Amino acid sequence: MIELLTQLGEKTRDSFTKLGRSSFFLMQIMAGTMDVLRRPALLSKQLYSVGVLSFFLISISGLFVGMVLGLQGYYILSNFGADEALGVMVATSLVRELGPVVGALLFAGRAGSALTAEIGLMKATEQLSGMEMMAIDPIKRIITPRFLAGIISLPLLTALFSSIGVLGGHLVGVEMLGVDEGSYWSQMQAALDVYDDILNGIIKSFVFGFVILWIALFEGYDAIPTSEGVSRATTRTVVNSAFAILGLDFILTALMFGDI
Amino acid sequence: MAIDPPIVSIKNLTFSRGNRKIFDDISLDIHRGKITAIMGPSGTGKTTLLKIIGGQLRPDKGSVSVNGQNVHQLSLKNLYQLRKNMGMLFQSGALLTDMDVYNNVAFPLREHTQLNESMIRSLVLMKLEAVGLRGARHLMSSELSGGMARRVALARAIALDPLMIMYDEPFTGQDPISMATLVQLIKTLNVTLKLTSIIVSHDVKETAAIADYIYVLSQGKVVGHGSPEMIEQSGSDWVQQFMNGNANGPVHFHFPANDYADDLFASEDTI
Ligand SMILES: Nc1ncnc2c1ncn2[C@@H]1O[C@H](COP(=O)(O)OP(=O)(O)OP(=O)(O)O)[C@@H](O)[C@H]1O
Ligand SMILES: [Mg+2]
Repeated sequence: MIELLTQLGEKTRDSFTKLGRSSFFLMQIMAGTMDVLRRPALLSKQLYSVGVLSFFLISISGLFVGMVLGLQGYYILSNFGADEALGVMVATSLVRELGPVVGALLFAGRAGSALTAEIGLMKATEQLSGMEMMAIDPIKRIITPRFLAGIISLPLLTALFSSIGVLGGHLVGVEMLGVDEGSYWSQMQAALDVYDDILNGIIKSFVFGFVILWIALFEGYDAIPTSEGVSRATTRTVVNSAFAILGLDFILTALMFGDI
Repeated sequence: MAIDPPIVSIKNLTFSRGNRKIFDDISLDIHRGKITAIMGPSGTGKTTLLKIIGGQLRPDKGSVSVNGQNVHQLSLKNLYQLRKNMGMLFQSGALLTDMDVYNNVAFPLREHTQLNESMIRSLVLMKLEAVGLRGARHLMSSELSGGMARRVALARAIALDPLMIMYDEPFTGQDPISMATLVQLIKTLNVTLKLTSIIVSHDVKETAAIADYIYVLSQGKVVGHGSPEMIEQSGSDWVQQFMNGNANGPVHFHFPANDYADDLFASEDTI
C-alpha cells in the first residue's frame, strides 16, 4: 500500500517536473524566433521536410475522407429527399472538424514522429552537444526552425485536406450518384460562414500544430539518448499528440460553437 | 612557468554521478601554449573532465576557470562567447549526419563568421588538407570510417582557429600512418597557431612523445603529474602501472564490484 502510494507520488512528481522542463523548453524555442526569421534559408529547408513532404499523404487522405463523406451523406440525406444539401454537409464537416482533426492526427504521425526521432538521434550521437561546444545554440539552430515550419505548415495542409475533401465529395455525390451540381456548390457557398466555419477551423489547426510541435520536439530533446529511449519517445509523441488533439478539439468546439 | 597565468585552472573539483564520486577534490592547471595530456584508465572520467571544462556539466564543488573566467558562473551568452575559443574533438566525432564532410567543416564558419563562400571554401579545403581528407569532401558523414570521422571532426574543431583545443581520444581507430601524421599535426598546430592543447588519450607512447606535461588520473584523484620524463621516472606505482601497461598493480581493470566467487555462487535473484 505504502509502496503504491510512493509510486503514485513519484509518478506525479515526475510528470510535474516534466511539465516544468517542457514549459521552459517552449520559452527557449520562442526566444529563438527572431533569430530564425532573420535566416529564411533555415526555415525554408524545414518547411520542405516538415510540410511539403506531408503533401501527398494529406491530399490522398483528404480525397478518401471526402469521398466517404459524399457516400454516407448521400445515403442519409436522400432518405429525406435533401440530397442537394450534400455540399453543405461535406464542406461543414470537413472545415469544422474532420479537416483540422484528421489532418492533425496524420501530421502527428507523419511529421511529429519523424521530428522526435531525428532530434532524439541527434542527441544520442552527440550532435547537439557538439553544437553547443561549437558555441551554436542547438535550440535556435535546430529546434526553433522546425517549430515554426510545423506551425506554418499544418494550417496550410489542413486547408488542402478540406479542399480536396470537398472535391472528393463532389466526385462521389455529383459525378457518381447524380446530385445536382449547381446546388452542391451554391448551397455550400451560402451556408459556410467565413468566421464561424473557416476561421474557426484555421484556429483549431493552428492550436493543434502548436501542441504537436511542442510535444514532438520536447520528446526528442528530452529523450534518453539510446535506441530504446528514442523509440519510446517517438511512441509517446504519437500517443500524446493524439490525446491532446482530441481533447483540445472538444474544448475548442465547445468554446466556438457550443452553449455548454 | 609561473609568469603566464594558466589558461585552464581547476581548483578542488568534486563531481559525482549518482552516488559515485568521479572526481574527489582534484586541482590541476593547464598552461598556455603547451600540450597537456590527461591520462588514466578507461572510465575514470577523462571525457567528463573535458565536459566540465567546456561548461556542459556542472561541478558539485570547486571552480573551473578558462582564460580567467569562471566557466560555471558565466551567463549563457558569455559561455557561448568563451566556447568560440575552445575547440573540442568528441570521442565519437559528433559530425552532423545530414551534411557532407565539406559542409560539416564549413558549418562553424558559416554560423560564426560573415565570410563569403569563396573564402569559406579556401579555409575548409586548407583544414581538410591538413587532416588528409581533402579528397573525401563529398562523402556524407555516414560514409566515413570511425578514424576518418574523427579526422573530419578535428578539421572542424580547428576551423575557427580557437585558443585551445580539447582532444578526446584523437588516436583511437587510426592506423599507424595516420596516427603518426595526427601526432605531428597536433604538435604543428600547437606551434603554428599558438594553441593550447589538451589531449585525453590511452596511447601512452604517442602522447608522451608530444606532451609537455602529463596528468595521470585514477579513481577520482590526480595520481601523478609532471613532464613526460618525470612521469616515466615517477616512483608512484599507479603511474608506473599505467605507463607500462601492467595488468597487476593498484589500478584495476575491473569496474568496482563485489567478490567474484561470491557473485557467481549468489542466489539467482541478485542480478
Ligand atoms: N551520462 C552518464 N550517466 C551516468 N554515469 C555516467 C554518464 N556518463 C559517464 N558516466 C560514468 O562516469 C564515469 C566516467 O566516464 P567518462 O566517459 O568520463 O570516462 P573516460 O575516462 O572518458 O573513459 P574512456 O577512456 O573509456 O573514454 C564512467 O564510470 C561512467 O560510468
Ligand atoms: Mg572518454
